[in-house]
Amino acid sequence: MKIKSSLFSIVTSLTLASMAMAERGSDGQVNIIYWQAASIMNPYLSGGTKDLEAASLVVEPLARYDETGAMVPWLAEEIPTVENGGVSADLTSITWTLKEGLLWSDGTALTSEDVKFTWEYCTAEGGGCAQNEKYGGIVSVDTPDERTVVVRFAGPKPFPYTAFVGAQAPILQKAQFADCLGSKAPGCTEENFYPIGTGPFVVTDFRPNDVITLAANEHYRDPDKPAFASVVFKGGGDAAAAGRSVLETGEFDYAWNLQLAPDVLANMQAVGKGQIVSGFGTLVERIMVNLSDPSAAHGDRRATVDHPHPFLSDKSVRQALSMAIDRPLLVEIGYGDAGRVTCNVLPAPEIYASSANNACQTQDIAGANALLDQAGWARGADGVRAKEGIRLSILYQTSTNAVRQDFQALIKQWWSEIGVETELRNIDASVFFGGDPGSPDTFQKFFSDIEMYANNFDGTDPEAYMSNWSCAQIPAPENQWQGNNMPRYCNPAYDALVDEMQRTGALEKRAELAKAMNDMLMQDYVMIPLVDRGRVSAHSNSLGGVVLNTWDSELWNAADWHRIK
Amino acid sequence: MLTYTIRRLVLSIPTLLFISLIIFLLLELAPGDPMAQVPLTVPPEVKQQMREALGLGEPTPIRFGKWMWQFFVVEPMVLVDATFGSDWAAEKQRVISWQTRSPVMEIVIQRMPQTLWVVAMSYVVGVLIALPIGIYSAYRQYSVFDQLGTFVTMVGYSVPPFFSGVLIIVIFSVQLGWLPSIYDTTHQVVDWDSFVIQLKQMVMPVMVLALQTTAQISRFMRASMLDNLNQDYVWTARAKGLSESVVVMIHVLRNSMIPVITVIALGVPQIFGGAIITEQIFKVNGLGQLLITSIQANDLPMVQTVTFMLAVLIVMFNIVADLLYGILDPRIRYD
Amino acid sequence: MTEIGNPQPRTPPRSQWRDVWDQFKHHRGALAGGVLFLLIIAVVYLGPFIWTIDPTFIDIRARNQGPNLTHPFGTDQLGRDTFSRMMAGGQTSIAVGLTAMLLAVGLGGLIGVLAGFFRRLDGALMRLTDLFLSLPLLPLLLVMVMLFRETLSATFGPESGMFLLIVVAIGITSWMPTARIVRGDVLALKEREFILAARSIGTTNFGMITRHILPNILSPIMVSATLGIANAIITESALSFLGLGFPPDFPTWGRLLNDATVYLQDYPERVFWPGLAISLTVLSVNYLGDGLRDALDPRIRGR
Repeated sequence: MKIKSSLFSIVTSLTLASMAMAERGSDGQVNIIYWQAASIMNPYLSGGTKDLEAASLVVEPLARYDETGAMVPWLAEEIPTVENGGVSADLTSITWTLKEGLLWSDGTALTSEDVKFTWEYCTAEGGGCAQNEKYGGIVSVDTPDERTVVVRFAGPKPFPYTAFVGAQAPILQKAQFADCLGSKAPGCTEENFYPIGTGPFVVTDFRPNDVITLAANEHYRDPDKPAFASVVFKGGGDAAAAGRSVLETGEFDYAWNLQLAPDVLANMQAVGKGQIVSGFGTLVERIMVNLSDPSAAHGDRRATVDHPHPFLSDKSVRQALSMAIDRPLLVEIGYGDAGRVTCNVLPAPEIYASSANNACQTQDIAGANALLDQAGWARGADGVRAKEGIRLSILYQTSTNAVRQDFQALIKQWWSEIGVETELRNIDASVFFGGDPGSPDTFQKFFSDIEMYANNFDGTDPEAYMSNWSCAQIPAPENQWQGNNMPRYCNPAYDALVDEMQRTGALEKRAELAKAMNDMLMQDYVMIPLVDRGRVSAHSNSLGGVVLNTWDSELWNAADWHRIK
Repeated sequence: MLTYTIRRLVLSIPTLLFISLIIFLLLELAPGDPMAQVPLTVPPEVKQQMREALGLGEPTPIRFGKWMWQFFVVEPMVLVDATFGSDWAAEKQRVISWQTRSPVMEIVIQRMPQTLWVVAMSYVVGVLIALPIGIYSAYRQYSVFDQLGTFVTMVGYSVPPFFSGVLIIVIFSVQLGWLPSIYDTTHQVVDWDSFVIQLKQMVMPVMVLALQTTAQISRFMRASMLDNLNQDYVWTARAKGLSESVVVMIHVLRNSMIPVITVIALGVPQIFGGAIITEQIFKVNGLGQLLITSIQANDLPMVQTVTFMLAVLIVMFNIVADLLYGILDPRIRYD
Repeated sequence: MTEIGNPQPRTPPRSQWRDVWDQFKHHRGALAGGVLFLLIIAVVYLGPFIWTIDPTFIDIRARNQGPNLTHPFGTDQLGRDTFSRMMAGGQTSIAVGLTAMLLAVGLGGLIGVLAGFFRRLDGALMRLTDLFLSLPLLPLLLVMVMLFRETLSATFGPESGMFLLIVVAIGITSWMPTARIVRGDVLALKEREFILAARSIGTTNFGMITRHILPNILSPIMVSATLGIANAIITESALSFLGLGFPPDFPTWGRLLNDATVYLQDYPERVFWPGLAISLTVLSVNYLGDGLRDALDPRIRGR
């Protein structure tokens, strides 16, 4: 029986193989274009998405997320859980078992020592590891044998799948990086450009911020993969040009992150050389409402909790601002198929998505006007509402980006219909998202009444993300304006939920807590979600095997990519 | 002349040191943060540790001193090592880019070929076209050729490369499919066929850039020629019976070159500054793209080093221009 | 023949400026350029009184329209009327272009003349020029916004404060080529015989510069000015991307051109209008400059 079934599987795999013509390196070269060029192949020294994704062709984690957001074992045999005994009952340790016979691209064996080393590498003093948070709370990594890794935490860790999981935290080779610990990390140029990995490809030529050439990994675990013998990973230009090179001229096979107006993309696709693929993750374009007063009159204490905002601290004003927005139209104009209306700041995964706030899906100008009338904000001679000499006049800032500027113009018009005056400002992204405490224009300082940007979280667990709006996270001069709580929202009830989630292990209970937190934020209108933004990429008609994944690297399954003949 | 040259060269050292200090202070003052491109999912404390790992925690004077040491002492040692196989610079810290964690000079050298092929070539082409156009337009002022030249160059100059570049990509790559829209920096010219491929991928960016150069220089050439064509010495030369070509090409041209030389000399360092927008559009990824991506990523060591090298070229070529004035017009005396 | 007996001319002598004007108005190019320039100014500044659609008004149902009767130039991706945006954009672009150019050429000309004419100033001023040429543009502009935006907005009001900042930013980063070119010409001019002659009759430095040097370096200045306008209009649009320019819903020609580039294949007319407007403005100024230069050259006057 056993022989029979294994024979059967050999036969099927053979037929499958011949159908897909899968033989390592038989399909020539695949050309990938990322309009932001990769600058380093070591994800621990750069948090940039472009660098993580380039590196994901070479280095791999123990487990990663698939296109549905489910965790799949990658270098590990299976996902450890409490049920299968991989996670200890008290949630203080997790045991991973490596697959058998894994080899590095230099032919040596991957062992538990390498996994342990990766933890040491990222947590070494003075290394400036970008993924330090993923290894937070680990007290030791034990290696009882070559294939077993036991990660021990300082306390119970309800969600232990951050270390060694996802494109952010792949395994590095100990032999290669042993001399690159801590402050020596940046000096290891050769190692950072040409890491030895277990992935389907190996770097043959790395030109920072320009182009990377890779070749199939001789020692990749599946002898038939990858189908491509080489990869050219080109960077630079802009999204429009990248889209054009795949969809219109056919020079490239895969283009990443095509943030373009929906009609422009549709017209490119109409040429017929390639296809657009899109998928949704947790990225939400949202408006942050400043609950503190950004007026320059407060000097050093502007935009701090010392001075509440003159009119945005009135909940009815915040609610009216949200009601006046026509979200379906924003989606249609800015994102098309790559966007969805959302009324939540936490839109996914499915179990965390609340449906309590769906009223925001339809625009209600009349309702917003009535609400403001009720709250005593009366229209003045110029059509702008005011109460006790305070005019509803808003400064609305965001980063420079064509879609965001269109959104600003649209929202300004809707707000003018409810008697709110808006001044728009756009700031260069490198300044806006930079944390330079010397600049007045960063999104943390928030020296305006309203600001708009998008944010998401890594993987599928929202714990860290939802704790962004706790009182402790409020940016202020005392913490050099470092902090994620842009609205300066401080609610003890919310903090209590954050605290409870950190102690809760059961998934259903965690989901309930996350939903409650989301609803609290939404019903207090401290954030106005606009669009659940999907990821849009494009591939040529002849490139097969592409499965767009928004939970991990887009190139997560590059080993399966092949040429359709 | 020789003493003047030496004096200028010696004087340029303190000038350049001062310029490097000003650039450093400017970059320090500029808002922006190397962490701007790190996703928002990375928590603020981790970003702070990353900044410290880059050496951002140290006071400004120390960092400036370190850069000076690395650039003026270590980098030349590396150069010596590479040339003579010596071992002076071993274990010494070079100027390291924050973005790529690799020596800045190596990336600069890597970017040279495409910059020279495209930007320098377009400059040479532009100048070579501009001079005859300028001369002939002035000689036949208000002729059809002059009017047409004026129209084309002025429209060409008014239409910025972010538009003209996309336009010709749409025409020649998308509609006609003749030329590649993406420049392949790894392409090696080894034989005739690969040379043809190189020409094909160069032609569009070179066209776009040369149009700007041509417009600018031909206007200056024309204006300067017009100033001189009516001078008394031209009538004298003609009266002496010199042929028209000698009068125009030797007497008038020589006297008209001073503003043109200035403009050309001002343009040469910009070749090495790269052509930011055009490089982005055609994905040439030369020095211009390097500089702009480093500025956007706040990669201060890279920006400081590249701008300083440009400053050296600017100062040097301005000296060259000043020396050329003296050769073109011996009446100009500096000492 | 009676005239000989009476040497007193009955008409007053023609002034130099009258000659210049006579020459200028007979210059076909200058005339055409002048008329075109006035026409552009008239449409841009007076047009909005007749064509009263608000350039920032969004009519979402009318988006992406081609030229038609309600929208002669069509509409953009949000349904804003392109014609009124072109006019509003023109007001800003022309104002910024001319002022920034005047500032750049004025500053460049002044520094160039001083450096070329006074040997003692030459070294210092040219090293200053070298310094400005070497400074990286983008960080310089970002520093300027950071330091001055709020102060200027507070002193002059948000719009004029911004205008001032943009004009100064463009001016201060583009005077150097003019300065170097002017200096080169002045160095050569200074050694000419007529300067020596003028000096020998005791002309002051000020008189020397205004009467003898400036008229002779007019042509490179004119070329710099024409190219400078085109540069300023385009640079303004680049500045607004840095957040240094006007608010994002405020149209300018450069920005209209830039925004429309991505729609080049789908709605080519949208790039055409701003491209045409910038080119026509620059061409008209170029012909005006040519005419003025010819008119001021006594040797070809009356030809």
